[in-house]
Amino acid sequence: MKHEIIIAGFGGQGVLSMGKILAYSGLMEGKEVSWMPSYGPEQRGGTANVTVILNDERISSPVLNEYDIVVVLNQPSMDKFESKVKKGGVLIYDSYGIHQPTKRTDIKVFKVDAMDAATEMQNSKAFNMIVLGGLLKVVPLVKLENVIEGLKKSLPERHHKLIPMNETAIKKGMDIVVEK
Amino acid sequence: MSEEIKLMKGNEAIAHAAVRYGCDGYFGYPITPQSEIMETLMVLAPWKTTGMVVLQAESEVAAINMVYGGAGCGKTVMTSSSSPGVSLKQEGISYIAGAELPALIVNIMRGGPGLGTIQPSQADYFQTVKGGGHGDYRVITLAPASVQEMADFVALGFDLAFKYNNPAMILADGIVGQMMEKVILPPFQPRKTDAEIKERSPWASVGKPADRKRNVITSLELDPAEMEKNNIRFQKKYKEIEENEVRYEAINCEDADYLIIAFGSSARICQKTLETAAKEGVKVGLLRPITLWPFPSKAIKEYAKKVKGILVMELNAGQMIEDVKLAVECSLPVKHYGRLGGIVPDPDEVWVAMKDELGIATDPSSSIKANAGESISKEMISEVITNLNQMVP
Repeated sequence: MKHEIIIAGFGGQGVLSMGKILAYSGLMEGKEVSWMPSYGPEQRGGTANVTVILNDERISSPVLNEYDIVVVLNQPSMDKFESKVKKGGVLIYDSYGIHQPTKRTDIKVFKVDAMDAATEMQNSKAFNMIVLGGLLKVVPLVKLENVIEGLKKSLPERHHKLIPMNETAIKKGMDIVVEK
Repeated sequence: MSEEIKLMKGNEAIAHAAVRYGCDGYFGYPITPQSEIMETLMVLAPWKTTGMVVLQAESEVAAINMVYGGAGCGKTVMTSSSSPGVSLKQEGISYIAGAELPALIVNIMRGGPGLGTIQPSQADYFQTVKGGGHGDYRVITLAPASVQEMADFVALGFDLAFKYNNPAMILADGIVGQMMEKVILPPFQPRKTDAEIKERSPWASVGKPADRKRNVITSLELDPAEMEKNNIRFQKKYKEIEENEVRYEAINCEDADYLIIAFGSSARICQKTLETAAKEGVKVGLLRPITLWPFPSKAIKEYAKKVKGILVMELNAGQMIEDVKLAVECSLPVKHYGRLGGIVPDPDEVWVAMKDELGIATDPSSSIKANAGESISKEMISEVITNLNQMVP
């Protein structure tokens, strides 16, 4: 099974680390993985994005023109990437940053209000994990236990105490994601 | 015990591989998109374990001259930089080649010319394989296309450098440097001892014992007759390298009707272009030069006999295409496609360009477009129709 994913938003929203956790989770499941960030100055305030590919076979291009799953967390990213969802693919967005949802009718669209949920949890750092939860509910790319294993691998030991909070956030995302 | 599979960036893999190879010293100066090499080395702190020196020099020029000094002492030394920094190193690389010293240089290319951008590019091909610095010299050039190869080519680069007493370069770009993939790191091997260095590199400047003459490390020779002899020796060595060290990967080339030739990240992108072409019923093969110098001219010449046309895809305005044209001696159409200054094409865009450049006819109602949202121009469609008409007897 091959999944080609792009996650896009503002720099600082945790886009790259969300992609990293997804990639590590794929590694835990023995999949081939590729994680390709936009590494330009956009990381410092503009739009940032990361392409993650999970595949059972060797991955060819880390650079893609269309995606199975597009996760957008701000309006510029929606404008840039909504046309790049494959027909029948999945678009997930957070309505906090997006006032003009997609007009496409040939794809499945889901909303996860992660910013609101993070504010409710009084933990803005949980934001990207809530989004990840929403994504994993819609497309079960990797098992939750492997995400936790992936977190252990990708986080330095001193941050391991934050893993239960991340797990709660992922489960929150799974609860609140809705199809539009 | 089998080695654990790790997930890391290409730049990080280079740093890990250097420590594991038993590298004696890394000298560098930070520049995007390769700063993770020195950052990772600083985190690994190998001076506490293997004794490897990791030093941030005051400039790229200082770093390459530290490499020159270390190499002259027979040490296993390296530096890394990105395009503008590698330009600064060219004088040092010429001296290292002229003094016939082994060293590893890593260039994670970015868009140029000048300071340019920090995005991926392959526009330093000419600089790397055609000289770069002054004089008739060659640099063994390895072009990794994956994080695994970034790790593996550190050892390969050093091995070749020491085999031929010649600088070797890993020529990659921001994509391979910044992307994370699975990698199995090479096993640890100890740094060479002083005795091993004396045996491996009897020419090295390691302190003069009473029973031999001084070892002199220099690229200077005031007598032109002697300098010509030196040059003839270099050329003989280069010929030997060209005969023995060519490396390439051929994917689906055996029964292909058309060929793409691409290196490094471009080759990865074009692997997917092959899939797109297959969807439209066209057999396209990919030949990926792994050594850019020595260039796989013979292999290209052989494969070219079986195909109708070649597309050379590079992230530059057309550099490697010159070597491809020399290899095939104008026996068939060789066209170029590339994006410039840090822009990276997607796999379908390459396919659309390839059909256009080589006049490959497919179903005009094809849904494959150069860029989502941008339709194929009317001129391109009319050309496809013209080609279709020409095929009718």
